[in-house]
Amino acid sequence: MNEFTEIVGLSIGISVTATLIAAAISLPVGAALAVFSFRGRRAIVVLINAFFGLPPVVVGLALYLALSHSGPLGFLGLLFTPSAMIIAQTILAIPIITALVQRASERAWARYGDELTSDGASRFQAIPQILAIIRAELLTAILAGFGRTVSEVGAVILVGGNIRGLTRTMTTAIALQTSQGDLPLALALGAVLVGISISISATVFALAGTAKIAGSDEV
Amino acid sequence: MTLIRLLFAFALTVAGTSSGSAADRSIVLASTTSVEASGLLAHILPQFTAKTGITVNVVAQGTGKALDTARRGDADLLLVHDPDAEQHFIDEGHGATRRQIAWNDFVIVGPSADPAHVRGGHDSVAALKAIAAAQAPFVSRGDKSGTNAEELRLWKAGGFTPDTLKPEKWYRDIGGGMGQALNAASAMNAYTLSDRGTWLSFNNKGSLVITIEGDAKLINRYDVIELNPQKHAGAKLGDAKIFADWLVSSDGQQAIGAYQVNGTKLFNPSAASPK
Repeated sequence: MNEFTEIVGLSIGISVTATLIAAAISLPVGAALAVFSFRGRRAIVVLINAFFGLPPVVVGLALYLALSHSGPLGFLGLLFTPSAMIIAQTILAIPIITALVQRASERAWARYGDELTSDGASRFQAIPQILAIIRAELLTAILAGFGRTVSEVGAVILVGGNIRGLTRTMTTAIALQTSQGDLPLALALGAVLVGISISISATVFALAGTAKIAGSDEV
Repeated sequence: MTLIRLLFAFALTVAGTSSGSAADRSIVLASTTSVEASGLLAHILPQFTAKTGITVNVVAQGTGKALDTARRGDADLLLVHDPDAEQHFIDEGHGATRRQIAWNDFVIVGPSADPAHVRGGHDSVAALKAIAAAQAPFVSRGDKSGTNAEELRLWKAGGFTPDTLKPEKWYRDIGGGMGQALNAASAMNAYTLSDRGTWLSFNNKGSLVITIEGDAKLINRYDVIELNPQKHAGAKLGDAKIFADWLVSSDGQQAIGAYQVNGTKLFNPSAASPK
């Protein structure tokens, strides 16, 4: 495998993994924030929306200090590994996916909430059904999360260290090529990055389109 | 729910593979940016790995940050080029042995129009004074790297301190790596101090040319520093020592000396007779 495909593969592998982990957390949490009402819920929703704009370099720095050998999680030995990059990107994707899921769930809950709980089902049991109703929006939410993770450089360069063959992603490679004055190469890598993000989004949308038609009479 | 279980299984697989690779023999080398940006490490590391099976993971950061990374316990070995900061690191008890592996030199590059009329000279301090007198733009790394430290030493020799330089409009502190500084100098037609290795392998020179070279003050020494086991027991000091020993061995020295860019040798091996 040459270095280029290795970099592209690592970028996508890390970002897809981070997005999936973030989705696994954000989907139930986002729906729960719409379904359950409790004291402080509004504050949590505001906070999650505020974290949309979490600067990646700040997340990277905080995680760097936590994962450093002299930090509280240093014993895990994760600094400068792909795992550290996955953690950083997961943290960046969670607020985006959660907020978008929460917003869509709130609309669905307002409309179908009574219906979903009328046969004695608990609110907890309604969560998977809410998620099924908003599945088209879920896709947008997850892709927004993926877009955030695959394009960021500030966090992964800090916790990953841009190690050749281990933690060098497309964005950190672009930063490196730029610093070596290889601007055309950096730009070419950038074009590939953009192309890959577009194709992944297009593929997911195409797949989702088919699924939506197949299951359209359920809604 | 099955989907979620699947996601977790996938995540665990990925986590498993990355911690699995940590069990292989590998060390983290915190290095100055120049040895990576110039392509030196990409040239010599495969030879070392083929011989010993030890992978060297390079985190290229600039000397100041590399020393900090090692202080925090996040590196197993150092390859840096700032004699004063290195000595300080050793005096603090973090470093054990320091050995010089190679040297090259710094150059002052600047626009070919040469507004300060310094081109062709060999006196770096006089050139900086002329640049200051002409108020010609000068780009400073400003990142506590080895090159930044060398630059400030030269300014000091010419009677300038960081405090007198900072207010000056022509003195532009960019807080970035060597490549960024060269990109900035190229864009602003400014002078800057560069290590020769990065300069030769840099591909966006624009109108920049070497204006000053060959001053004895401009020598640039690269040292490998092993960590003190009493402060850094968690580091992989054994494998780090194997790499450090290889760098100063005849094999390692030969590999360093054989590295060329466009027919020019970038680093002069000097383990046998340190400069």
